[in-house]
Amino acid sequence: MASYAAVPFWRAAGMTYITYSNLCANLVRQCLKEPYRSEALTREKVHFSASKWVDGKPQKPIIRSDTGEE
Amino acid sequence: MLRQAQRFLLSRAAMRWRRPFSTDLAEAPADSKFVDTWKKAVPNIDPPKTPLAFMTPRPPTPSTIPSKLTVNLVLPYDSLLSAKEVDMVIVPATTGQMGVLPGHVATIAELKPGVLSVHEGNEVKKYFLSSGFAFIHANSVADIMAVEATPLDQIDSSLVQKGLTEFTQKLNAASTDVEKAEAQIGVDVHSALNAALAG
Repeated sequence: MASYAAVPFWRAAGMTYITYSNLCANLVRQCLKEPYRSEALTREKVHFSASKWVDGKPQKPIIRSDTGEE
Repeated sequence: MLRQAQRFLLSRAAMRWRRPFSTDLAEAPADSKFVDTWKKAVPNIDPPKTPLAFMTPRPPTPSTIPSKLTVNLVLPYDSLLSAKEVDMVIVPATTGQMGVLPGHVATIAELKPGVLSVHEGNEVKKYFLSSGFAFIHANSVADIMAVEATPLDQIDSSLVQKGLTEFTQKLNAASTDVEKAEAQIGVDVHSALNAALAG
């Protein structure tokens, strides 16, 4: 329906759909009333746990999260 | 040995089972062609199952329009509505508010932040969706996928107003494209929230 030229403004600015969608969701979560707001914000915390493998055995996992906690 | 027999039976049964569906003509020949060439090349080993064998065929479109629309509203962490039979839903597509009745043409719609209203008899339930997609299938099943969906009474209007003024200021002060885009998104989301609370 939309031609190649008619991209949404966020894509024209270099943002991907996922970034846009997560941003919208975050803004909505911050506008919720109190008990729901704290639940939503804790529920959406993401962290990644990665471990390098050496000789077929996983080493100590490295945890990465937005808050920068180790 | 038993597993192989089971697999062989399953693939045979799957092939036999799929032929009666006239809607599946595209799928069955692809699978049987693979099986035939396999049998020619490697006659002793059973042909492996292809991804097509694991897929359930598309459910046939009913010839009469069903009386109710089946709605699934799913979020990454929860499914708010699961196979609920309703009369109509209005989804906030990027092209505008789109009403979906049973028998709607199959559509994929990208959603913008806005209100989803589910109409069942006389009652209307509204949810605010942050963004997502709505898949409407030919058999009157609507799958709505959103990242965040809240009932309207969980939204705090003072926070919405604050956010709206904050992002309007950011939009005026923004210099780079990225900042402008983010501020514009903020303004869009908060205005949609405002409109949802008002209307």
